[in-house]
Amino acid sequence: MKWEMVIGLETHVELATETKIFCSCTTKFGGEPNTHCCPICMGHPGSLPFLNRKAVEYAVMAGLALNCEINEISKMDRKHYVYPDLPKAFQISQYDLPLCLGGYVMLSSGKRINLNRIHLEEDAGKLIHENGKMLMDYNRGGVPLIEVVSEPDLSNAQEAVEYLETLQLILRTIGVSDCRMQEGSMRCDVNISVREKGSPVLGTKAEVKNLNSFTAVQAAIEYEFARQSEILEQGGKIQQETLHFRAATGETISMRDKENADDYRYFREPDITAILVTPDDIAALRERLPELPAVRIARYVNDYKLTEQDAGLLCKYKRVSDFFEAALSGTNNPKTVAAFILTQMFSLISTEVEREKWETPIPPEYLRDLVLLLDSNKINHNLAKIIMVKMLETGNDPESVMKAEGISTTEAILIDALCANAIEANPAAAEDYRKGKEKALQALIGNVMRQSKGRADAEEAKKILIDLLKG
Amino acid sequence: MSKIADIQKLLTSGAISCRELTLSYLDAIEKQNSILNAFITVTPETALLTADAVDKKLKAGEALLPLEGVPMALKDNLSTAGIKTTCASRALSNYIPIYDAFVWSLLYRQNAPLLGKCNMDEFAMGSTCETSFFGGAKNPHDLTRVAGGSSGGSASAVASNLAPYALGSDTGGSIRGPASFCGLVGLKPTYGTVSRNGAVAYASSLDQIGPITTCIQDAAAVFDVISERDENDMTCVGASEKTLPLLGRPLNGTKIGIADEFFEDVNPDVCQAVQNASRTLQKLGAELVPVSFPMLKYALPVYYILADAEASSNLGRFDGIRYGPAADSYDDINDMICKTRDMVFGKEVKRRILLGTYVLSAGYFDAYYKKAQMIREAMTRQMKNDIFKKCDMLLTPTDPVTAMPFGTNMSPVETYQKDICTVTANITGLPALSAPCGYDGANLPIGMQLIGKPFCEADILNAFYLFEKETDGTFLTNLEMGYRL
Repeated sequence: MKWEMVIGLETHVELATETKIFCSCTTKFGGEPNTHCCPICMGHPGSLPFLNRKAVEYAVMAGLALNCEINEISKMDRKHYVYPDLPKAFQISQYDLPLCLGGYVMLSSGKRINLNRIHLEEDAGKLIHENGKMLMDYNRGGVPLIEVVSEPDLSNAQEAVEYLETLQLILRTIGVSDCRMQEGSMRCDVNISVREKGSPVLGTKAEVKNLNSFTAVQAAIEYEFARQSEILEQGGKIQQETLHFRAATGETISMRDKENADDYRYFREPDITAILVTPDDIAALRERLPELPAVRIARYVNDYKLTEQDAGLLCKYKRVSDFFEAALSGTNNPKTVAAFILTQMFSLISTEVEREKWETPIPPEYLRDLVLLLDSNKINHNLAKIIMVKMLETGNDPESVMKAEGISTTEAILIDALCANAIEANPAAAEDYRKGKEKALQALIGNVMRQSKGRADAEEAKKILIDLLKG
Repeated sequence: MSKIADIQKLLTSGAISCRELTLSYLDAIEKQNSILNAFITVTPETALLTADAVDKKLKAGEALLPLEGVPMALKDNLSTAGIKTTCASRALSNYIPIYDAFVWSLLYRQNAPLLGKCNMDEFAMGSTCETSFFGGAKNPHDLTRVAGGSSGGSASAVASNLAPYALGSDTGGSIRGPASFCGLVGLKPTYGTVSRNGAVAYASSLDQIGPITTCIQDAAAVFDVISERDENDMTCVGASEKTLPLLGRPLNGTKIGIADEFFEDVNPDVCQAVQNASRTLQKLGAELVPVSFPMLKYALPVYYILADAEASSNLGRFDGIRYGPAADSYDDINDMICKTRDMVFGKEVKRRILLGTYVLSAGYFDAYYKKAQMIREAMTRQMKNDIFKKCDMLLTPTDPVTAMPFGTNMSPVETYQKDICTVTANITGLPALSAPCGYDGANLPIGMQLIGKPFCEADILNAFYLFEKETDGTFLTNLEMGYRL
């Protein structure tokens, strides 16, 4: 293929502060329209913003986690445009002195995606179109946002999605945002241009606004690549324009509703004094950062000998890996703990949304107790799985499940006896196996399973049978 | 001399109840507001409710707070929950705020009966009060003349004894100008001393709220109450000291600067009166120091660029969607916003929005807004490092002229020229005080101005207090109208 794309992303992330950036209204998602509002976030005449210091802290934490430089002095600016979702007709944002500069995100390939900046701003309200009417809901207006601006370092849709996933994971891990694309707390504008492969010159870019899922990001990039390279192929020119992505058709369409969209008439917000972040503040905030996902994954691989993939899966959601660590403490079996989470718990808690929330029927201590029983050979793997299923069903701890199900811990020890019984009861099969007929073992295992009413661990039975037969 | 003290004396002595007093003012307003046009809204219910609370306290023998029981009026750009706040604009002609301006809540806590909301230039943009959607307020000294602007209604009300004092706002002279035209005292505090929370913004980096009173002591008393820190206004730190107890200190050793630049193109009567006043101050112990402020020539362009830029931003919200009247036929949302804004703003407001939008636009920002900001910083530096190294305060005329007749046909630039002496204090954030110092040939009041060092309100108040005492209050307004104690 002759063409290649150059992609830069602007990602808007709502910060998880309790209150809005310039007033004390709640930032809670949803709510009856216009119930999370006050004169300040509605821009009533005479109202003044006061900056929520927590929002500054969260933005700085995001900057530190993303390897940015923190500006010790920054300021807020007014960005003007007229749209009914913006009650003051300007958005309070940061123009030439953002909180965070530079920084980067590492992709799994080892490619480094550089950031240009992270700045702090307020979210706008929401427009609802209903029966030909335009309705305004200002609940979201004034929710603090950071805008993470990447350099045009991404070269395809997969990289863009991985970049976003990594960003999401880091920001969730440090707790500054829930990054829920479906709720709009993470949104993305894609800047994409196409050029001849290897050319050092950037092509004319188009900007696709407000993408709210990874699928949409991927689809929009692929559509734009096809569209732009097609135009170039035909010798045409790319228009610099702002596009809107239609999820239903997978197409991008031109947005022509903002006249002079480029002249935002920025000037310093006179109502907000300079934002000072001292080296001491920065040190204290760095102190508050938890272990970052990349570090955690490496630790799981090195210390717990988990596979990269399993470690990655556990660390994809902060709450899952926290659960893992809690369940792990006291046991000596990280692989088993991980396996229970990645198989049984993941099949129960199956969607991305649910996994991010990670509302589990059992606390991590119950999983720990189960693994301890297993480690001390009081139960076998097969039993453990059965008990786990019941634990997840009932929310009970392993002891109570075993009591209720009539499982005794001694059963595990009996497996030797069951195996011996099986050999005694099937001398022919035993003989066949000794003669080299490996298949004959199946009959013996089946016998053990029948005796144990399915509770024996087939793998374990196999091992013991082989030992006995070879013995 | 203090109207506030006199009223409180009458109240505590039982000579008059607060209800009777308030009713007397309301009665005077009812009789004379139709002539003066000082009030846009009169608020008898609120006033009497407060008055009754004061009477209850008096009956119980409780001591009064500094402003308690003294009726007052607010400029109509100060937000009053449940009471119309129009900014003298059609854009807010039906707007009832749901929250109180911080200054109003401070006065409310003082049990100051609110008589009403005063007329002003539309969104405080004007120097004569004539841009008001409701027509200009008249000058009680001569009803054919303007009260000044933009806080013209506040000054008109106080000079005509329709209110003992009033609050105004001052972005480029909007307190001091009308005070000077109406023979009153007007204080524009240091930027950041009085909370702007709830004051409908004209130019946020220049706006300050302050008192318009009949005498210096009252200005000090009101300033002391309203200069409280407000954590909801990030730019407001409040005053560090009460000024009233600091009045009466001798002027010996005080250096008063006089810069010729402020006297250029000034009406000779005004020049003469201010020069006479300077000699009185000298007699009182002050040392007169000639200083020079060459940057004054930039003050007006800098002021109008910055103020209009901020105004164009601040007034963007008046789109008819959430409050205020809106156009009733339109094609789409943009059309509705355009038609509404065309309908609700007056000519001067439109002019300033257009100018402000222009100076912030891509391609013009550097030449206008940015340059104006740089000159602003240079002016501030010159004040600090030069002028205030040589003197403690600067004496100037408040206005180069006295009150002009209504409809005086001036070009916008000529009108803007009127603000030459006052805008510097706003640009540099310094406190400035206007007080009456004489009358011109037409018997119209003349005002003089003291510009002080940052947060030195006490010093400029003290200097003019001594002047007022020395001249026996001769220049203070005492008209036979309204309600006289």
